[in-house]
Amino acid sequence: MTANPPRTRHQTRLSRPGIFVAVAALCLVAPCHAEGVLDPQGPIASAERLILLNATAIMLVVVLPVIVLTLAFAWRYRASNRRAAYRPDWSYSGYIELVTWSIPTMVVLLLAAVAWIGSHQLDPALSLQSGVKPIRIEVVSLDWKWLFIYPDQQVAAVNQLEIPTGVPVEFVLTSATVMNSFFVPQLGSQIYTMPGMTTRLNLLAERAGDYPGLSANFSGDGFSDMRFLVHAVPAAEFKSWLEHARAAGATLDADSYAQLERPGVNTSQTYSGVAPHLFERIVQPTAARGAEQ
Amino acid sequence: MLGKLSWAAIPFDQPIPMAACLFIVVGVLGVLGLVTAKGWWPYLWREWITSVDHKRIGVMYVLLGLVMLLRGFIDAIMMRTQLAIAAGGAQGYLPPEHYDQIFSAHGTIMIFFMAMPFVVGLMNFVVPLQLGVRDVAFPVLNAVSFWLTASGALLVNTSLVVGEFARTGWLAYPPLSELQFSPGVGVDYYLWALQISGIGSLLAGINMVTTILKLRAPGMTYMRMPVFCWTALCSSMLIVAAFPVLTATFGMLLLDRYAGMHFFTNDGGGNFMMYVNLIWIWGHPEVYILVLPAFGVFSEVIATFSGKALFGYRSMVMATLAICVLSFMVWLHHFFTMGAGANVNAVFGIMSMVIAIPTGVKLFNWLFTLFRGRIRFEVPVLWAIGFMVTFAIGGMTGVLQAVPPADFVLHNSLFLVAHFHNVIIGAVLFGAMAGYYYWFPKAFGFTLDKRLGAVSFWCWLIGFYLAFMPLYALGLLGMTRRMQHYADLRWQPYLIVAEVGAVVILGGIIATIAQLVVSIRTREARRDLTGDPWDGRTLEWSTSSPPPAYNFAVLPKVDSLDAFWAMKQRGPSAAPEQYEPIEVPRNSANGFVTAFFAVITGFAMIWHIWWMAILGLACALVTLLIFGWVERVEEEVSGEQLAEAERARWRGMQSA
Repeated sequence: MTANPPRTRHQTRLSRPGIFVAVAALCLVAPCHAEGVLDPQGPIASAERLILLNATAIMLVVVLPVIVLTLAFAWRYRASNRRAAYRPDWSYSGYIELVTWSIPTMVVLLLAAVAWIGSHQLDPALSLQSGVKPIRIEVVSLDWKWLFIYPDQQVAAVNQLEIPTGVPVEFVLTSATVMNSFFVPQLGSQIYTMPGMTTRLNLLAERAGDYPGLSANFSGDGFSDMRFLVHAVPAAEFKSWLEHARAAGATLDADSYAQLERPGVNTSQTYSGVAPHLFERIVQPTAARGAEQ
Repeated sequence: MLGKLSWAAIPFDQPIPMAACLFIVVGVLGVLGLVTAKGWWPYLWREWITSVDHKRIGVMYVLLGLVMLLRGFIDAIMMRTQLAIAAGGAQGYLPPEHYDQIFSAHGTIMIFFMAMPFVVGLMNFVVPLQLGVRDVAFPVLNAVSFWLTASGALLVNTSLVVGEFARTGWLAYPPLSELQFSPGVGVDYYLWALQISGIGSLLAGINMVTTILKLRAPGMTYMRMPVFCWTALCSSMLIVAAFPVLTATFGMLLLDRYAGMHFFTNDGGGNFMMYVNLIWIWGHPEVYILVLPAFGVFSEVIATFSGKALFGYRSMVMATLAICVLSFMVWLHHFFTMGAGANVNAVFGIMSMVIAIPTGVKLFNWLFTLFRGRIRFEVPVLWAIGFMVTFAIGGMTGVLQAVPPADFVLHNSLFLVAHFHNVIIGAVLFGAMAGYYYWFPKAFGFTLDKRLGAVSFWCWLIGFYLAFMPLYALGLLGMTRRMQHYADLRWQPYLIVAEVGAVVILGGIIATIAQLVVSIRTREARRDLTGDPWDGRTLEWSTSSPPPAYNFAVLPKVDSLDAFWAMKQRGPSAAPEQYEPIEVPRNSANGFVTAFFAVITGFAMIWHIWWMAILGLACALVTLLIFGWVERVEEEVSGEQLAEAERARWRGMQSA
């Protein structure tokens, strides 16, 4: 929010409604304490915020003049203003038609390029370019809590997602219940979690911090409490968390999973071990059983 | 005997639903009692319930829309109040199982039973008059359509008193809406109410398409049709194409729930992604079904009150047709976050943006209609200007979400909620209100109070911005939709502002009701005898207000766009020597009786009362058969009667 550039008196008078709208929108949309989508903490979220702002700016170039012209024309051509021209039969101008079709077309061409490039660069399934070896995390949405399984580290956590900073995270997601959506606004891209199938998501936290995460798709009565906290910590601290998790708590086997699966709201907890193929069994209960036999 | 129905279905132990039940029961009994005490039943039966006149049916549709607006708004203000207080550890006053029903009912009612009846009602009333014809193509079918829609509304509101409503959101995504996760009757209420009203909507669409394609005044070629008729045609074609998809989708979900099938279940080979695709293949065109007629209203209003022909008529028609076609190619943008590949997301994102081109053209054309006009600031113009500004913002945030990577962080958030309210309130509701005020004198022969109309507009406009701009901000802050409480106390101030906005909108609704009451009481002073109170351009203003049952004593001859404007330029033509007799359709109870049995069938299916369902369905079929054998379906208005009515009309116009 930089200071407004100086304006001549004439300009100020002409676009007062526009300025009012812009200022009002900024006051509302950009809170003093930036957070959420506007306060990105990783490359995906940063890129998405940039696209958001670019697309808005491109459209405002047309939308603001349209709003200003609407108000200006309505005022200028009010019935009581007899000085204004009145052309009751004027209803066609080839030049104006050309302009009215070309302006939105050009804006859409620009935005289409943004959308095409952005969709490919920020495809949630795309692995992040990084020299560091990524960490794999399996995500399961349950009624009404989140289970995070670290298959390579053989630990698991509920409603608490510990990740090392600067390390790409490869999420594989599913749901043991209805559809939910895994979303950490400050890290970017949300993705649906769906029963019987998996989705993929790649994120990275650049800075250490606590970032709220939630389910973004309604899933029943306990939905509002389906929150989790992302602890992004330096690699060394992450290692000590792993050791801590391995040392304490029960293992996540068929019994403890059955207990966890019961509908209800949970506080965060960790598991010191994970039964093999648990995630595959959640995704495809019958198929996984067949594979084991 | 009574299936799942028992006294436990009535929520005696919950004070809020019980109060609502009481309110409804007392209200309904009060109205019925008043009608009985005043002896109005014969009048109501003769003039309204069995009427097949498209104008009467249109008025009843709009009335249904207004009443359901009240119901939907009560839901809305309850939700806003809940969220204004349920911050931090607080749980608010609505427990989740109640709150979830309220937001599901709010969406369902506002789309299916407020917006749909309102725009279908306007089309019903206006289109035959604008086309210069005597009725729609199938007048009795028209009544059936209306009463089926009203049946759906009745069933949804019955769920307040008996049982519960769906707790799944307004589109009832499976697997949440499957028996495994929603074993109660709520989803069944939702499904049967919408199946019944959906059939009504489909029949209304077929009727309207046929009317516009086959019945037009002599000389009314396609390119001489008023723009509102074009938007009604496109909207109705979308109904005909989209509603069968909805019916089939709900049919499959019903089979899952009633017959143990596995179309959308988690197990047994079901795939609910199919439901999500199908529901949006209906759902996205539905948006345009609602908004196109609103665009039509604005085109009429802006041209009329600017005293100018609409700028770029051909462009407007092309843009409307383009939107009509494109609306079927964008459904996937409702679930970019389902993990479809980059190519799929990008293609659907770009297709969605392409719709912004014809829509933008429309906005520019309205702008250039204002240009060098002589604008009279009557109430409909206020709604139109408010629409153009608000819709520009709502359109922008919509295109923003058509960019898939931006949608990844905005989807399902309050930003999305703010966007679709921005376009549905800003365009559909503003358009409906503009049309209501604009055509009210045509329907009833007197104008509505201007001052209260302006109060209503300003309350709605200011209330809308207060209620929904904070939601844009909250969406960016990471607040998702359908939350019953939230932990982050920093969100609360925004939600309190939104609550204030809802209260301001309440002021607008009260002003609308007051406007109706005041205008009826002072109707003698505000009588319009000319039939043309706004210096109109299209044929509906060329007949008396309210128009006779046959609309026009002599069908108008059309030789240009804005046919009535051209007639006025030429000066009055002489009255004909004698009038040809006219056949008008006779009343029919078909619609009302069929709908009555549809309600019985729907209610019985919801509660698994199989004998009653079979009986209701059989009675509905028998009703249709019996009415199929009625032979005298028309009666004649003689030339003398016509001549007398026309003379009376001329006397009235002279005295005005």
